Amino acid sequence: MTMIQPKMAASVQSPKMTARNVNVFYGDKQAIDNVSIDVDMENVTAFIGPSGCGKSTFLRTLNRMNDTVASARVEGEITLDGEDIYASGMDVVQLRARVGMVFQKPNPFPKSIYENIAYGPRIHGLAASKADMDVMVERSLRRAGLWDEVKDRLHDSGTALSGGQQQRLCIGRAIAVEPEVILMDEPCSALDPIATAKIEELIHELRGNYAIVIVTHNMQQAARVSQRTAFFHLGTLVEYGVTSDIFTNPRQERTKDYITGRYG
Amino acid sequence: MALGSEHTLKAFDEDIDRLRGLISEMGGRAEAAITESITALTRKDLELAAHVVENDKKIDELETEIEKLVVQTIALRAPMADDLREVVAALKIVGVVERIGDYAKNIAKRVPLIVESGSIKPTTLLPAMAQVAGEMVHDVLNAFAARDADLAAAVCNRDKVVDDFYNSIFRTLVTYMMENPRHISESAHLLFIAKNIERIGDHATNVAEMVYFAATGQRLPERERGEHPTEPHEE
Repeated sequence: MTMIQPKMAASVQSPKMTARNVNVFYGDKQAIDNVSIDVDMENVTAFIGPSGCGKSTFLRTLNRMNDTVASARVEGEITLDGEDIYASGMDVVQLRARVGMVFQKPNPFPKSIYENIAYGPRIHGLAASKADMDVMVERSLRRAGLWDEVKDRLHDSGTALSGGQQQRLCIGRAIAVEPEVILMDEPCSALDPIATAKIEELIHELRGNYAIVIVTHNMQQAARVSQRTAFFHLGTLVEYGVTSDIFTNPRQERTKDYITGRYG
Repeated sequence: MALGSEHTLKAFDEDIDRLRGLISEMGGRAEAAITESITALTRKDLELAAHVVENDKKIDELETEIEKLVVQTIALRAPMADDLREVVAALKIVGVVERIGDYAKNIAKRVPLIVESGSIKPTTLLPAMAQVAGEMVHDVLNAFAARDADLAAAVCNRDKVVDDFYNSIFRTLVTYMMENPRHISESAHLLFIAKNIERIGDHATNVAEMVYFAATGQRLPERERGEHPTEPHEE
């Protein structure tokens, strides 16, 4: 199946990540069937589709999180800056710093707010001194839109924050190791509408510096935050295009049925 | 079940059906107004004319009701893709149908002014012209309810017929006015009536373009127009 190219002006840069003919199996069960897609810098790409369509599974192939599942097997080629991330020489820890991930349920470490942010840079050796680290922590918390709310209590526990604040802390934690791509798996599902709106605004602000991929089951959210949208169904990529086109005039019947609420 | 329905949320289908039903009703009333206003003219029926003027209020009320329903549907259902285009088209269409109703009312208002001035021959082409325009309105609103792009495109092609009628009537009346200066007033009213019907035809084609876009997401290509009446006419 050839990839359906979105209609858009030629990119100035080549894609940050590419996937070509990717298949994913859990044991004998095929979860992803021949998916090819590009992820571009300075863009938010949304993966939408019904439960079980494979969007989270595919997201996890982009930073090899599926390696943690014993029965998972990935075929095909996935590149970051042109390099195959499944090649035998690839440093997976480094990969996961460059391609960071934020999960559905906020999962701050049971440490202070400061330590949540500092942990990653410390193990990657990114800060030369305490002063350096302080600067990195502040920068990450500012970028995550959390600094003003926590600057006077950096040594309080990260788990004492509200749900929305915890999620922003997790985003700050991902940013602290200076990623290039940020993967988000339903980051707002556990949050109330105001916290959700703050995260969406944060995504909008972050977009200029990263490539962001967000899995969401909320179509309105995909419509609000993304520039490109990919619709998955039963493990295949049905349609991929400019978000406004997908939501006003999709080309595939299955896409239309899903987004208009006729599916199921 | 209505075409394009079967949303998982049945209430959404009910809203869309109600919207289409109200638009059909509004269109039916506008068509009736066109027919009745011309009938009132040819039969010199002042009561029927007054009836058309009075009934225009109901057309205006329907516009308001439909607008409210569209806004509500957008807020509560967050329609996407073809549903969104249909709902936006509905909003634009009711504005145009309300104008069509106004043109018919305007025709009816001129009937007493023509009748009181005594004998006049209203051109026999007017009822035929009004019939074509009325059918265009009827068909284009059916096309909307059925999301039928082809039917909408076909309506556009009939506008030339209405334009050609208008040009004939225009020339006939200008000649008549030159030969019968005592009847210039009534003739002028008839000219305005013919112009109103010609505008109704134009509005029907505007609606057809909206219906086509709602159904397909594409614009209709440029259509052929009738000859302009003030352009030199080859003898």
